[in-house]
Amino acid sequence: MTIDALPAPGPLLRADSISRSYGRTPALREASLSVTAGEILAIMGPSGSGKSTLLHCLAGIFTPDTGQVWFDGHRLDTLGDAGRSRLRRTAFGFVFQFGQLVPELTAADNVALPLLLGRTGRRHAYQRARGWLERLELDGLGERRTGELSGGQAQRVAIARALVTRPKVIFADEPTGALDSLAGEKVMDLLVGLARQEGVTVIVVTHDSRVAACADREVIVRDGKVTDPYADEYAGEAVR
Amino acid sequence: MTVPLALLGLLDREPSYGYDLKRAYDTYFGRGKPLPFGQVYSTLARLARDGKVTAGRSEPGEGPDRKRYSLTPLGKQEVESWLTEPVAAEPFLQTVLFTKVVLALMLGHDAQRYLDLQRATHMRRMRELSEVKRGGVLVDALLADHALFHLEADLRWIDVTTARLGALAETVRRA
Repeated sequence: MTIDALPAPGPLLRADSISRSYGRTPALREASLSVTAGEILAIMGPSGSGKSTLLHCLAGIFTPDTGQVWFDGHRLDTLGDAGRSRLRRTAFGFVFQFGQLVPELTAADNVALPLLLGRTGRRHAYQRARGWLERLELDGLGERRTGELSGGQAQRVAIARALVTRPKVIFADEPTGALDSLAGEKVMDLLVGLARQEGVTVIVVTHDSRVAACADREVIVRDGKVTDPYADEYAGEAVR
Repeated sequence: MTVPLALLGLLDREPSYGYDLKRAYDTYFGRGKPLPFGQVYSTLARLARDGKVTAGRSEPGEGPDRKRYSLTPLGKQEVESWLTEPVAAEPFLQTVLFTKVVLALMLGHDAQRYLDLQRATHMRRMRELSEVKRGGVLVDALLADHALFHLEADLRWIDVTTARLGALAETVRRA
Protein backbone atom coordinates (compact mmCIF):
# COMPACT_ATOMS: atom_id res chain seq x y z
CA MET A 1 0.00 0.00 0.00
CA THR A 2 1.46 3.34 -1.04
CA ILE A 3 0.47 6.39 0.96
CA ASP A 4 1.45 9.93 0.05
CA ALA A 5 2.42 11.80 3.19
CA LEU A 6 1.53 15.37 4.11
CA PRO A 7 3.96 17.25 6.32
CA ALA A 8 2.55 17.45 9.86
CA PRO A 9 1.03 19.32 11.61
CA GLY A 10 -2.06 20.08 9.57
CA PRO A 11 -5.76 19.56 9.60
CA LEU A 12 -6.92 16.08 10.54
CA LEU A 13 -9.09 15.83 7.45
CA ARG A 14 -8.89 17.88 4.31
CA ALA A 15 -10.57 17.92 0.91
CA ASP A 16 -8.71 19.83 -1.80
CA SER A 17 -10.82 20.86 -4.80
CA ILE A 18 -12.68 17.58 -5.01
CA SER A 19 -15.21 16.93 -7.77
CA ARG A 20 -17.50 13.97 -8.15
CA SER A 21 -20.26 13.30 -10.66
CA TYR A 22 -23.03 10.74 -10.92
CA GLY A 23 -23.09 9.99 -14.63
CA ARG A 24 -23.26 13.42 -16.21
CA THR A 25 -24.67 15.10 -13.13
CA PRO A 26 -22.03 16.87 -11.06
CA ALA A 27 -22.53 16.49 -7.29
CA LEU A 28 -19.33 18.19 -6.11
CA ARG A 29 -17.46 20.89 -8.01
CA GLU A 30 -13.97 21.56 -6.69
CA ALA A 31 -15.16 21.51 -3.10
CA SER A 32 -12.54 22.22 -0.43
CA LEU A 33 -12.78 21.80 3.31
CA SER A 34 -10.46 21.49 6.31
CA VAL A 35 -11.36 19.93 9.63
CA THR A 36 -9.09 20.14 12.66
CA ALA A 37 -8.70 17.37 15.22
CA GLY A 38 -11.39 17.47 17.88
CA GLU A 39 -13.56 19.86 15.90
CA ILE A 40 -17.31 19.36 15.57
CA LEU A 41 -18.35 20.53 12.14
CA ALA A 42 -21.82 20.73 10.63
CA ILE A 43 -22.29 20.48 6.88
CA MET A 44 -25.54 22.12 5.81
CA GLY A 45 -27.15 22.86 2.47
CA PRO A 46 -30.26 22.30 0.41
CA SER A 47 -31.31 18.82 -0.72
CA GLY A 48 -29.21 17.65 -3.65
CA SER A 49 -26.50 20.25 -2.98
CA GLY A 50 -23.79 17.59 -2.59
CA LYS A 51 -23.40 17.55 1.20
CA SER A 52 -23.82 13.78 1.61
CA THR A 53 -21.49 13.15 -1.32
CA LEU A 54 -18.92 15.38 0.38
CA LEU A 55 -19.29 13.39 3.61
CA HIS A 56 -18.91 10.10 1.72
CA CYS A 57 -15.76 11.36 -0.03
CA LEU A 58 -14.26 12.55 3.27
CA ALA A 59 -15.04 9.16 4.82
CA GLY A 60 -13.45 7.21 1.98
CA ILE A 61 -16.77 5.60 1.01
CA PHE A 62 -16.57 7.32 -2.40
CA THR A 63 -13.43 8.44 -4.15
CA PRO A 64 -13.59 11.83 -5.86
CA ASP A 65 -13.19 11.98 -9.65
CA THR A 66 -10.61 14.74 -9.24
CA GLY A 67 -8.98 16.49 -6.28
CA GLN A 68 -7.45 15.05 -3.15
CA VAL A 69 -8.63 13.91 0.26
CA TRP A 70 -6.13 13.84 3.12
CA PHE A 71 -6.61 12.15 6.47
CA ASP A 72 -4.12 12.48 9.29
CA GLY A 73 -1.35 13.47 6.92
CA HIS A 74 -2.00 10.76 4.33
CA ARG A 75 -3.78 10.65 0.99
CA LEU A 76 -7.09 8.88 1.36
CA ASP A 77 -8.36 9.10 -2.21
CA THR A 78 -5.42 7.12 -3.63
CA LEU A 79 -5.83 4.23 -1.18
CA GLY A 80 -7.24 1.01 -2.61
CA ASP A 81 -10.55 -0.49 -1.50
CA ALA A 82 -8.89 -2.63 1.18
CA GLY A 83 -6.98 0.30 2.66
CA ARG A 84 -10.03 2.55 2.78
CA SER A 85 -12.12 -0.25 4.20
CA ARG A 86 -9.59 -0.80 6.98
CA LEU A 87 -9.51 2.89 7.75
CA ARG A 88 -13.32 3.00 7.94
CA ARG A 89 -13.25 0.08 10.34
CA THR A 90 -10.48 1.36 12.61
CA ALA A 91 -10.36 5.17 12.45
CA PHE A 92 -13.88 6.18 11.47
CA GLY A 93 -17.30 5.70 13.04
CA PHE A 94 -20.63 6.21 11.28
CA VAL A 95 -24.07 7.28 12.38
CA PHE A 96 -26.75 7.43 9.70
CA GLN A 97 -30.42 8.29 9.76
CA PHE A 98 -31.61 4.71 9.24
CA GLY A 99 -30.55 1.18 8.66
CA GLN A 100 -27.18 0.90 10.31
CA LEU A 101 -28.21 -1.52 13.06
CA VAL A 102 -29.11 -5.18 12.62
CA PRO A 103 -32.68 -5.26 13.99
CA GLU A 104 -32.59 -8.98 14.85
CA LEU A 105 -29.53 -8.53 17.07
CA THR A 106 -29.59 -7.08 20.57
CA ALA A 107 -28.26 -3.61 21.35
CA ALA A 108 -25.16 -5.17 22.96
CA ASP A 109 -24.59 -7.41 19.91
CA ASN A 110 -24.83 -4.42 17.59
CA VAL A 111 -22.34 -2.38 19.61
CA ALA A 112 -19.92 -5.30 20.01
CA LEU A 113 -20.09 -6.19 16.32
CA PRO A 114 -17.35 -3.87 15.00
CA LEU A 115 -15.02 -5.10 17.74
CA LEU A 116 -15.78 -8.76 16.96
CA LEU A 117 -15.17 -8.07 13.25
CA GLY A 118 -11.86 -6.48 14.26
CA ARG A 119 -11.01 -9.70 16.14
CA THR A 120 -11.35 -8.39 19.66
CA GLY A 121 -12.10 -11.25 22.07
CA ARG A 122 -15.80 -11.85 22.69
CA ARG A 123 -15.73 -11.20 26.42
CA HIS A 124 -13.76 -7.97 26.08
CA ALA A 125 -15.94 -6.80 23.16
CA TYR A 126 -19.16 -7.24 25.16
CA GLN A 127 -17.63 -5.63 28.23
CA ARG A 128 -16.77 -2.55 26.19
CA ALA A 129 -20.14 -2.58 24.46
CA ARG A 130 -21.94 -2.58 27.80
CA GLY A 131 -19.75 0.27 29.03
CA TRP A 132 -20.69 2.38 26.02
CA LEU A 133 -24.37 1.55 26.33
CA GLU A 134 -24.19 2.80 29.90
CA ARG A 135 -22.53 6.05 28.82
CA LEU A 136 -25.35 6.53 26.33
CA GLU A 137 -27.86 6.06 29.15
CA LEU A 138 -29.07 2.75 27.73
CA ASP A 139 -28.13 0.50 30.64
CA GLY A 140 -30.72 -2.20 31.04
CA LEU A 141 -31.51 -2.21 27.31
CA GLY A 142 -28.46 -4.21 26.18
CA GLU A 143 -30.39 -7.44 25.71
CA ARG A 144 -33.25 -5.86 23.76
CA ARG A 145 -33.35 -6.34 19.99
CA THR A 146 -32.71 -3.00 18.32
CA GLY A 147 -35.85 -3.45 16.23
CA GLU A 148 -37.82 -3.14 19.49
CA LEU A 149 -36.22 0.13 20.57
CA SER A 150 -37.57 3.64 20.01
CA GLY A 151 -35.97 5.74 17.28
CA GLY A 152 -34.02 7.81 19.81
CA GLN A 153 -32.78 4.73 21.69
CA ALA A 154 -31.74 3.09 18.41
CA GLN A 155 -29.74 6.18 17.43
CA ARG A 156 -28.00 6.11 20.80
CA VAL A 157 -27.08 2.47 20.15
CA ALA A 158 -25.72 3.59 16.77
CA ILE A 159 -23.59 6.23 18.52
CA ALA A 160 -22.31 3.63 20.99
CA ARG A 161 -21.41 1.41 18.05
CA ALA A 162 -19.63 4.30 16.31
CA LEU A 163 -17.61 5.15 19.43
CA VAL A 164 -16.76 1.63 20.62
CA THR A 165 -13.77 1.30 18.28
CA ARG A 166 -12.31 4.58 19.59
CA PRO A 167 -12.37 6.26 16.16
CA LYS A 168 -10.66 9.53 15.31
CA VAL A 169 -13.64 10.80 13.33
CA ILE A 170 -17.36 10.17 13.48
CA PHE A 171 -19.33 10.85 10.31
CA ALA A 172 -23.02 11.43 10.96
CA ASP A 173 -25.53 11.86 8.14
CA GLU A 174 -28.82 13.38 9.35
CA PRO A 175 -28.51 11.54 12.69
CA THR A 176 -31.69 13.09 14.07
CA GLY A 177 -33.63 13.21 10.81
CA ALA A 178 -36.21 10.65 11.92
CA LEU A 179 -36.57 11.87 15.51
CA ASP A 180 -38.79 14.41 17.24
CA SER A 181 -37.23 17.54 18.78
CA LEU A 182 -36.63 16.16 22.27
CA ALA A 183 -35.27 12.78 21.14
CA GLY A 184 -33.08 14.53 18.56
CA GLU A 185 -31.75 16.91 21.18
CA LYS A 186 -30.86 14.04 23.51
CA VAL A 187 -29.04 12.23 20.70
CA MET A 188 -27.04 15.34 19.77
CA ASP A 189 -26.23 16.19 23.41
CA LEU A 190 -24.85 12.71 23.94
CA LEU A 191 -22.99 12.57 20.62
CA VAL A 192 -21.36 15.97 21.09
CA GLY A 193 -20.72 15.53 24.82
CA LEU A 194 -19.05 12.13 24.42
CA ALA A 195 -17.09 13.21 21.33
CA ARG A 196 -15.66 16.13 23.31
CA GLN A 197 -14.78 13.90 26.26
CA GLU A 198 -13.03 11.44 23.93
CA GLY A 199 -11.46 14.11 21.68
CA VAL A 200 -13.21 12.64 18.66
CA THR A 201 -13.78 14.82 15.59
CA VAL A 202 -17.40 14.84 14.40
CA ILE A 203 -18.63 15.77 10.95
CA VAL A 204 -22.39 15.94 10.82
CA VAL A 205 -24.54 16.49 7.74
CA THR A 206 -27.84 18.06 8.70
CA HIS A 207 -30.78 20.12 7.46
CA ASP A 208 -31.58 21.06 11.03
CA SER A 209 -30.13 24.34 12.27
CA ARG A 210 -30.66 23.23 15.90
CA VAL A 211 -28.43 20.24 15.23
CA ALA A 212 -25.89 22.47 13.49
CA ALA A 213 -25.96 24.80 16.50
CA CYS A 214 -24.41 21.96 18.55
CA ALA A 215 -21.32 22.10 16.30
CA ASP A 216 -18.33 24.43 16.64
CA ARG A 217 -18.98 25.83 13.17
CA GLU A 218 -20.92 25.08 10.04
CA VAL A 219 -20.23 25.19 6.32
CA ILE A 220 -22.84 25.39 3.60
CA VAL A 221 -22.71 23.24 0.48
CA ARG A 222 -24.42 24.91 -2.43
CA ASP A 223 -24.31 23.58 -6.00
CA GLY A 224 -21.48 21.25 -5.09
CA LYS A 225 -19.25 23.96 -3.62
CA VAL A 226 -18.42 24.65 0.01
CA THR A 227 -19.16 28.08 1.46
CA ASP A 228 -17.64 28.93 4.80
CA PRO A 229 -19.63 31.86 6.18
CA TYR A 230 -16.87 32.66 8.65
CA ALA A 231 -14.01 32.53 6.13
CA ASP A 232 -13.85 36.29 5.75
CA GLU A 233 -15.98 38.13 8.20
CA TYR A 234 -17.93 41.02 6.78
CA ALA A 235 -15.60 43.96 6.48
CA GLY A 236 -18.02 46.38 4.93
CA GLU A 237 -16.58 46.19 1.45
CA ALA A 238 -17.99 42.79 0.60
CA VAL A 239 -21.09 44.05 -1.14
CA ARG A 240 -19.45 46.62 -3.32
CA MET B 1 -37.13 51.30 12.55
CA THR B 2 -36.72 50.60 8.85
CA VAL B 3 -38.81 53.33 7.15
CA PRO B 4 -36.06 56.01 7.11
CA LEU B 5 -33.49 53.47 5.99
CA ALA B 6 -35.81 52.04 3.35
CA LEU B 7 -36.41 55.55 1.99
CA LEU B 8 -32.66 56.25 1.99
CA GLY B 9 -32.15 52.96 0.14
CA LEU B 10 -34.78 53.85 -2.46
CA LEU B 11 -33.12 57.23 -2.93
CA ASP B 12 -29.80 55.46 -3.50
CA ARG B 13 -31.32 54.16 -6.75
CA GLU B 14 -32.13 57.62 -8.05
CA PRO B 15 -33.29 61.03 -6.80
CA SER B 16 -37.07 60.87 -6.37
CA TYR B 17 -40.18 62.82 -5.43
CA GLY B 18 -41.93 62.02 -2.19
CA TYR B 19 -44.87 60.55 -4.09
CA ASP B 20 -42.62 58.15 -6.04
CA LEU B 21 -40.87 57.09 -2.84
CA LYS B 22 -44.19 56.30 -1.21
CA ARG B 23 -45.32 54.31 -4.25
CA ALA B 24 -42.05 52.31 -4.33
CA TYR B 25 -42.18 51.73 -0.58
CA ASP B 26 -45.79 50.50 -0.75
CA THR B 27 -44.96 48.21 -3.69
CA TYR B 28 -42.04 46.49 -2.02
CA PHE B 29 -42.42 46.89 1.70
CA GLY B 30 -45.93 48.15 2.46
CA ARG B 31 -47.79 44.88 1.91
CA GLY B 32 -51.22 45.88 3.07
CA LYS B 33 -49.93 48.70 5.25
CA PRO B 34 -49.30 51.67 2.95
CA LEU B 35 -46.99 54.38 4.22
CA PRO B 36 -49.02 57.52 5.00
CA PHE B 37 -47.99 60.59 2.97
CA GLY B 38 -47.53 62.50 6.20
CA GLN B 39 -44.97 59.97 7.39
CA VAL B 40 -43.11 60.10 4.06
CA TYR B 41 -42.68 63.86 4.22
CA SER B 42 -41.95 64.05 7.93
CA THR B 43 -39.33 61.32 7.53
CA LEU B 44 -37.80 63.11 4.55
CA ALA B 45 -37.75 66.37 6.52
CA ARG B 46 -35.91 64.65 9.39
CA LEU B 47 -33.46 63.05 6.99
CA ALA B 48 -32.85 66.46 5.38
CA ARG B 49 -32.35 68.05 8.80
CA ASP B 50 -29.78 65.35 9.63
CA GLY B 51 -27.92 65.95 6.37
CA LYS B 52 -28.74 62.57 4.84
CA VAL B 53 -30.88 63.87 1.97
CA THR B 54 -31.20 67.18 0.20
CA ALA B 55 -34.44 68.58 -1.16
CA GLY B 56 -34.42 70.31 -4.54
CA ARG B 57 -36.38 73.42 -5.32
CA SER B 58 -40.17 73.18 -5.37
CA GLU B 59 -41.45 72.32 -8.81
CA PRO B 60 -44.94 72.95 -10.14
CA GLY B 61 -47.15 69.86 -10.13
CA GLU B 62 -49.95 68.09 -8.37
CA GLY B 63 -49.97 67.92 -4.59
CA PRO B 64 -48.38 70.14 -2.01
CA ASP B 65 -44.77 69.05 -2.40
CA ARG B 66 -42.94 68.56 -5.68
CA LYS B 67 -39.42 68.55 -4.39
CA ARG B 68 -37.00 66.05 -5.72
CA TYR B 69 -34.96 64.45 -2.95
CA SER B 70 -31.40 63.23 -3.40
CA LEU B 71 -29.11 61.22 -1.19
CA THR B 72 -26.11 63.00 0.33
CA PRO B 73 -22.77 61.21 0.84
CA LEU B 74 -23.71 60.87 4.52
CA GLY B 75 -27.03 59.25 3.58
CA LYS B 76 -25.30 56.94 1.13
CA GLN B 77 -22.84 55.91 3.80
CA GLU B 78 -25.71 55.14 6.15
CA VAL B 79 -27.41 52.92 3.56
CA GLU B 80 -24.14 51.12 2.84
CA SER B 81 -23.34 50.44 6.46
CA TRP B 82 -26.90 49.36 7.25
CA LEU B 83 -26.90 46.89 4.37
CA THR B 84 -23.50 45.50 5.23
CA GLU B 85 -24.17 44.99 8.94
CA PRO B 86 -25.98 41.74 9.73
CA VAL B 87 -29.00 42.36 11.94
CA ALA B 88 -28.65 41.29 15.58
CA ALA B 89 -30.01 37.78 15.80
CA GLU B 90 -33.35 38.30 17.49
CA PRO B 91 -36.75 36.82 16.70
CA PHE B 92 -39.29 38.56 14.44
CA LEU B 93 -36.85 40.13 12.02
CA GLN B 94 -38.57 39.10 8.82
CA THR B 95 -39.52 42.66 7.82
CA VAL B 96 -35.99 43.99 8.24
CA LEU B 97 -34.44 40.99 6.52
CA PHE B 98 -36.82 41.25 3.59
CA THR B 99 -36.26 45.00 3.21
CA LYS B 100 -32.51 44.48 3.19
CA VAL B 101 -32.65 41.73 0.59
CA VAL B 102 -34.90 43.68 -1.78
CA LEU B 103 -32.83 46.85 -1.45
CA ALA B 104 -29.59 44.92 -1.91
CA LEU B 105 -30.95 43.47 -5.17
CA MET B 106 -32.28 46.85 -6.28
CA LEU B 107 -28.93 48.50 -5.72
CA GLY B 108 -26.97 45.69 -7.38
CA HIS B 109 -25.35 44.59 -4.12
CA ASP B 110 -24.48 40.99 -3.34
CA ALA B 111 -27.71 39.87 -1.65
CA GLN B 112 -26.45 36.29 -1.43
CA ARG B 113 -23.48 37.42 0.60
CA TYR B 114 -25.78 39.37 2.87
CA LEU B 115 -28.01 36.33 3.43
CA ASP B 116 -24.98 34.13 4.14
CA LEU B 117 -23.68 36.58 6.73
CA GLN B 118 -27.08 36.93 8.33
CA ARG B 119 -27.29 33.15 8.44
CA ALA B 120 -23.90 33.02 10.17
CA THR B 121 -25.02 35.65 12.70
CA HIS B 122 -28.14 33.63 13.46
CA MET B 123 -26.17 30.40 13.78
CA ARG B 124 -23.72 32.04 16.15
CA ARG B 125 -26.61 33.15 18.37
CA MET B 126 -28.13 29.68 18.19
CA ARG B 127 -24.83 28.21 19.37
CA GLU B 128 -24.81 30.58 22.34
CA LEU B 129 -28.40 29.62 23.19
CA SER B 130 -27.58 25.90 22.86
CA GLU B 131 -24.77 26.46 25.33
CA VAL B 132 -27.21 28.20 27.71
CA LYS B 133 -29.49 25.19 27.44
CA ARG B 134 -26.73 22.73 28.24
CA GLY B 135 -25.63 24.57 31.34
CA GLY B 136 -28.91 26.05 32.52
CA VAL B 137 -31.89 25.08 34.61
CA LEU B 138 -35.19 24.11 33.00
CA VAL B 139 -36.55 27.68 32.92
CA ASP B 140 -33.42 28.94 31.13
CA ALA B 141 -33.60 26.00 28.75
CA LEU B 142 -37.24 26.67 27.86
CA LEU B 143 -36.60 30.37 27.31
CA ALA B 144 -33.60 29.51 25.14
CA ASP B 145 -35.83 27.07 23.22
CA HIS B 146 -38.33 29.81 22.48
CA ALA B 147 -35.60 31.96 20.94
CA LEU B 148 -34.07 28.97 19.15
CA PHE B 149 -37.33 28.05 17.42
CA HIS B 150 -37.84 31.63 16.23
CA LEU B 151 -34.29 31.89 14.97
CA GLU B 152 -34.80 28.57 13.21
CA ALA B 153 -37.87 30.00 11.46
CA ASP B 154 -35.77 32.97 10.28
CA LEU B 155 -33.12 30.58 9.01
CA ARG B 156 -35.69 28.61 7.04
CA TRP B 157 -36.85 31.85 5.50
CA ILE B 158 -33.23 32.75 4.68
CA ASP B 159 -32.77 29.35 3.00
CA VAL B 160 -35.95 29.64 0.95
CA THR B 161 -35.06 33.20 -0.08
CA THR B 162 -31.55 32.08 -1.00
CA ALA B 163 -33.06 29.40 -3.24
CA ARG B 164 -35.34 31.99 -4.89
CA LEU B 165 -32.91 34.90 -5.07
CA GLY B 166 -32.65 34.74 -8.86
CA ALA B 167 -36.43 34.95 -9.27
CA LEU B 168 -36.67 37.77 -6.72
CA ALA B 169 -33.93 39.72 -8.53
CA GLU B 170 -35.94 39.38 -11.75
CA THR B 171 -39.09 40.61 -10.01
CA VAL B 172 -37.29 43.61 -8.53
CA ARG B 173 -35.70 44.45 -11.90
CA ARG B 174 -39.01 44.22 -13.77
CA ALA B 175 -40.97 46.38 -11.31
